[in-house]
Amino acid sequence: MSILSVSRLRKTYGETVAVDGVSFEVAPREILGLLGPNGAGKTTTINMILGVLEPTAGAIAIGGRSLASDRRAALSRTNFAAVYAPLPGNLTVAQNLRIFGMLYGVHQIGARIDAVIHQFDLARFRHTKCGVLSSGEQTRVSLAKAMLNEPRLLLLDEPTASLDPATADDVRRRIQAFTSMGDGGVLWTSHNMYEVESVCDRVLFLSHGRVLLEGNPKTLPREHGKDTLEQLFIAVAREPLALEH
Amino acid sequence: MDGRRVFALVLRQTYLIRGSVSRLVPLFIWVAIDMVLWGFMTRYLNTVTSPGFDFVPVLLGAVLMWDFFVRVMQGVTLAFFEDVWSRNFLNIFASPLSVVEYLAALVVSSIMTSTVGLVIMLTLATAVFGLSFFAYGVALVPFVLVLFTFGIAIGIIGCAVVLRLGPSAEWFIWPIPALLSPFAGVFYPIATLPAWMQLIARLLPPSYVFEGMRAIVLRRPFHMASLAVGAVLSVAAVMIACGIFTRVYRHAVRTGLIARYSAESVS
Repeated sequence: MSILSVSRLRKTYGETVAVDGVSFEVAPREILGLLGPNGAGKTTTINMILGVLEPTAGAIAIGGRSLASDRRAALSRTNFAAVYAPLPGNLTVAQNLRIFGMLYGVHQIGARIDAVIHQFDLARFRHTKCGVLSSGEQTRVSLAKAMLNEPRLLLLDEPTASLDPATADDVRRRIQAFTSMGDGGVLWTSHNMYEVESVCDRVLFLSHGRVLLEGNPKTLPREHGKDTLEQLFIAVAREPLALEH
Repeated sequence: MDGRRVFALVLRQTYLIRGSVSRLVPLFIWVAIDMVLWGFMTRYLNTVTSPGFDFVPVLLGAVLMWDFFVRVMQGVTLAFFEDVWSRNFLNIFASPLSVVEYLAALVVSSIMTSTVGLVIMLTLATAVFGLSFFAYGVALVPFVLVLFTFGIAIGIIGCAVVLRLGPSAEWFIWPIPALLSPFAGVFYPIATLPAWMQLIARLLPPSYVFEGMRAIVLRRPFHMASLAVGAVLSVAAVMIACGIFTRVYRHAVRTGLIARYSAESVS
């Protein structure tokens, strides 16, 4: 059974169509890259999967639980990290993790906090307020929070944006370890095509709210006459109609 | 409803208050100042008016109860504003937390913070200025409950307004007690007001509390049935407030306001 099932998802704001009939699945241990130019509908899709944006039509199921009818069970198996959603800066790392651990119903919370603090190398920041951490450290705290409930579905919206290359590489390795060691799945958005190619098992290209292309990031560029994923991305952004089947 | 999730947000509020002087001091400083100011005012009035009439229970008692109502309301809104100020809605509402649990957490946070203010006020008013709440008898309990319930209702409505209109709408919320006080009859009988203001006053539960307090202190007939009307109105206000908040929340989820909450979020 898939970790995430998105079926004919649609979101409109008046006459504007933000997401237009998107369908896809994330399998266990799979990292799916959701790609596309700004305004393609990536974050809108993620917000709908997180339950903070109501779809106009379509269905979302997480671990077999419908988000619409069984929101609590679906979201208990989910977590996310996004560069635009840092944890409150006026609380320490440990305080934030405790609060979110309780919100996600984590059992043996003290031990679990210790585990993610160790996993993301945050021990020396344990009692530091998140607001004074560097952006890289804040990202690690967000990822630690995202791992607290050992989610089956992890949503990562540009998790390495604004990170230096070494920290970004570190984050990528930790996410890969998440899928290789458990049966969780990851939905990942990024504008860094090098990162996508090295991390994602499969990618979806969104354009104007629709899935334009889907495939293996290592072979997809050649299939469409491009040398690199970045060239394919630029083509999707500039000439989406030329790539439509 | 999962009590652990409710407690998580109450714990958050405890962490914030414990770790911040600017959050801790306002819990008691403004109510303490009010008690001192109105305490001396009542003492002065007692010296310049006819002997035998005691302003302490009439004025100082009323100020104490009104301040309690304000603290309850602000206890709800301040807990909510913490999420506004730290732009935390996406993190909070993408968790399994329900709206009912969120509102319950705001109420419990308010009980915690308003109790601190109430204890400080009672200590000052009784120890320094000789206010005795025994004067109100058993009616004191429903008086406090009606004001508490209405404070919760107004606090939740305030949260709904800010959620709907954006963080800058915070400035609509702070003056609400001042806006209500002329109608509530804190310092004077409702009969003093013009007819149209009396009409509004009768829709506000605090007016029944302050009318009742005055009746007891001045040894005039006090009708429990009248206070019951205030109690019913305050419970109705809470139900309406929760309905408004839930409706605004659903609108925010439908329009994406929760996900992109900012100062320019009015849509």
